[in-house]
Amino acid sequence: MILEAKNLVKWFGTEENKTYAVKDVSFSVNYGEMLYIVGPSGSGKTTLLSIISGILRPNAGVVFVKDKELWKLNDNEMADFRLFSIGFVFQDFHLFPRLTSVENVAIPLILQKKSWEESIAAGYKYLEIVGLKDRADLPPHKLSIGEQQRVAIARAIISEPDLLIFDEPTASLDGDTGKKIISFVRDNILSAKKAIIIVTHDNRIYNYATRILRMEDGKIMASNKGEF
Amino acid sequence: MNALQTVALKLLFNDKGKFFTLIIGIMFAVLLMMLMTATFTGIIQKTSSQIINLNADMWVMDPSVDSTRDNIPIPDYVLDAVRSIQGVKFAVPLYSGSGLVKLSSGRYQATQIVGIDDSTLFGRPQIIDGNINAIFNDDAFIAIKDSDFSKLDSPKNGTTFEVNDHRGIIVGTGKVSMGGLFGTPTLYTLYSRAIKDLPTTRFTISYILLNPKNTKDISYIKQEVTKLGYKTWTRQEFIDANSNYYMFKTGLGTNIVIMTLVSFIVGLSVAGQTFYAFVLENLEKFGALKAIGAKKRDLMEMIFFQAAIVGFLGYGFGVFASSTLIALAKLRLPNYASVVTFPTMIFSFFLVLIIVSFSSYIGIRKILKIEPFDIFRG
Ligand SMILES: Nc1ncnc2c1ncn2[C@@H]1O[C@H](COP(=O)(O)OP(=O)(O)OP(=O)(O)O)[C@@H](O)[C@H]1O
Ligand SMILES: [Mg+2]
Repeated sequence: MILEAKNLVKWFGTEENKTYAVKDVSFSVNYGEMLYIVGPSGSGKTTLLSIISGILRPNAGVVFVKDKELWKLNDNEMADFRLFSIGFVFQDFHLFPRLTSVENVAIPLILQKKSWEESIAAGYKYLEIVGLKDRADLPPHKLSIGEQQRVAIARAIISEPDLLIFDEPTASLDGDTGKKIISFVRDNILSAKKAIIIVTHDNRIYNYATRILRMEDGKIMASNKGEF
Repeated sequence: MNALQTVALKLLFNDKGKFFTLIIGIMFAVLLMMLMTATFTGIIQKTSSQIINLNADMWVMDPSVDSTRDNIPIPDYVLDAVRSIQGVKFAVPLYSGSGLVKLSSGRYQATQIVGIDDSTLFGRPQIIDGNINAIFNDDAFIAIKDSDFSKLDSPKNGTTFEVNDHRGIIVGTGKVSMGGLFGTPTLYTLYSRAIKDLPTTRFTISYILLNPKNTKDISYIKQEVTKLGYKTWTRQEFIDANSNYYMFKTGLGTNIVIMTLVSFIVGLSVAGQTFYAFVLENLEKFGALKAIGAKKRDLMEMIFFQAAIVGFLGYGFGVFASSTLIALAKLRLPNYASVVTFPTMIFSFFLVLIIVSFSSYIGIRKILKIEPFDIFRG
């Protein structure tokens, strides 16, 4: 088991006027899983994802990642945890427009205080893994959306994290590209030593999941085994 | 430079428009501040040119003198009294006043006349043409070759003129370390001739110049002179008092200070705003960096590094541009009173530091405020 969440609660607003985004959620994730979290808009998926990846502190509940209690870490330990153990792919990628693709990919290693040369060399290697070696020296805006997505994936995996977190990875892609990318992730990046958690609305990619959690109104309503 | 700083630099350089706006903003601020302060320093220095040229360690004067513009004559007995103070190595009289010169062309020219002590010639100019002993000849004057020399029709040895209806003859040409501010040419002559030929009051000595035997004697000498009812300033005290006079008792200082402040504020707002726009453009990306695991210190390092780079480049170009401009101006206008001194460079460097700190502060504050969760939610 790589991750275990118990009785997570998160609300926003003031004490008198609370909106609950996550209501008493518990679940766990095993190595080798590609877990989907699906559900209607506003059901609390992004909030949950942020809690388990060390970005948003819950009001109650505990998260264990690799048997360490996540929300007991101080700010710097938490930053290091995210830097070394988690890879993020954001919905809008958030690539620096003024850096080349390979420089964007190298960022996590640079934040780990690796040398420029070492980080860039690794950047080329990971761009090759996602099939974009020949695009490495272009800035992101010269790339197609699907290619930018792959740059973002290369940036997420360059630090070889155990846990990959994708929020709506296919939202800005057309159906075919979305499927291609997810099947690529499933075939080339998922391994027995990793887990991938994907939040999505996109039912065209559901069949790549190893398991699907369905959220509604801040709660997990059901858990389905995905099919390939 | 570490890899993080390399990233910071690339973010900065690759945004050429903002990068140049930043550099040019700071450059112009520095340029203006340097020109202002350099002009100010130049003018202030020139007002003290007589103190610098005569190079006496101490000056005795009437207690109400507060700049070289004033000269209130001192009676002769004070000179004798000063000479007898213990610790005084020597004390000489100085005449300093203005005379009206009628040139051979018939033109009149207001002229600064300096009368130096007959027996020591203390404070004499460096002679570049002629012999200093010729100053003992009848009606002899030495003309100072500075930027106002031509106003005396560039006299040569033997050129005659009239000064206050007395005959004068140029017997030599000399050089002093610093020209004056007020655009009047200068003639040196003997103290005795000056008080004989030029209008003086009952008292005749403008200043008493003295050197102490030892710097330890200075305070005793001052005390004793005070007892005589007069005041003693060391060279530096006189220069400072003179600078203060022009700074605070004329409108000069205030105006320059205001102009310098205005250039500072312009630089501050151009640089601050452009830097802020630069940070804003990358704000979400910095938020993403935070989510990925950048620490506060990393982000501050990046922003501060960027601000420091533009600050130093802008400062360098600004100093270069102002020095070049001043040098060019001096080639064309010999009288141009402007000097780039070390303190003015330090001063504008200090102001650039403020600009840099301010810019990086607003950038860092903005970046530290963003919540990675908000970036995550999109
Ligand atoms: N910072 C916030 N302040 C107030 N309410 C918030 C905040 N963030 C989220 N919420 C609320 O929490 C609930 C869950 O939001 P969340 O973004 O987790 O939903 P989601 O399932 O990811 O939706 P979507 O599919 O649209 O991305 C929503 O009702 C949202 O309005
Ligand atoms: Mg969401």
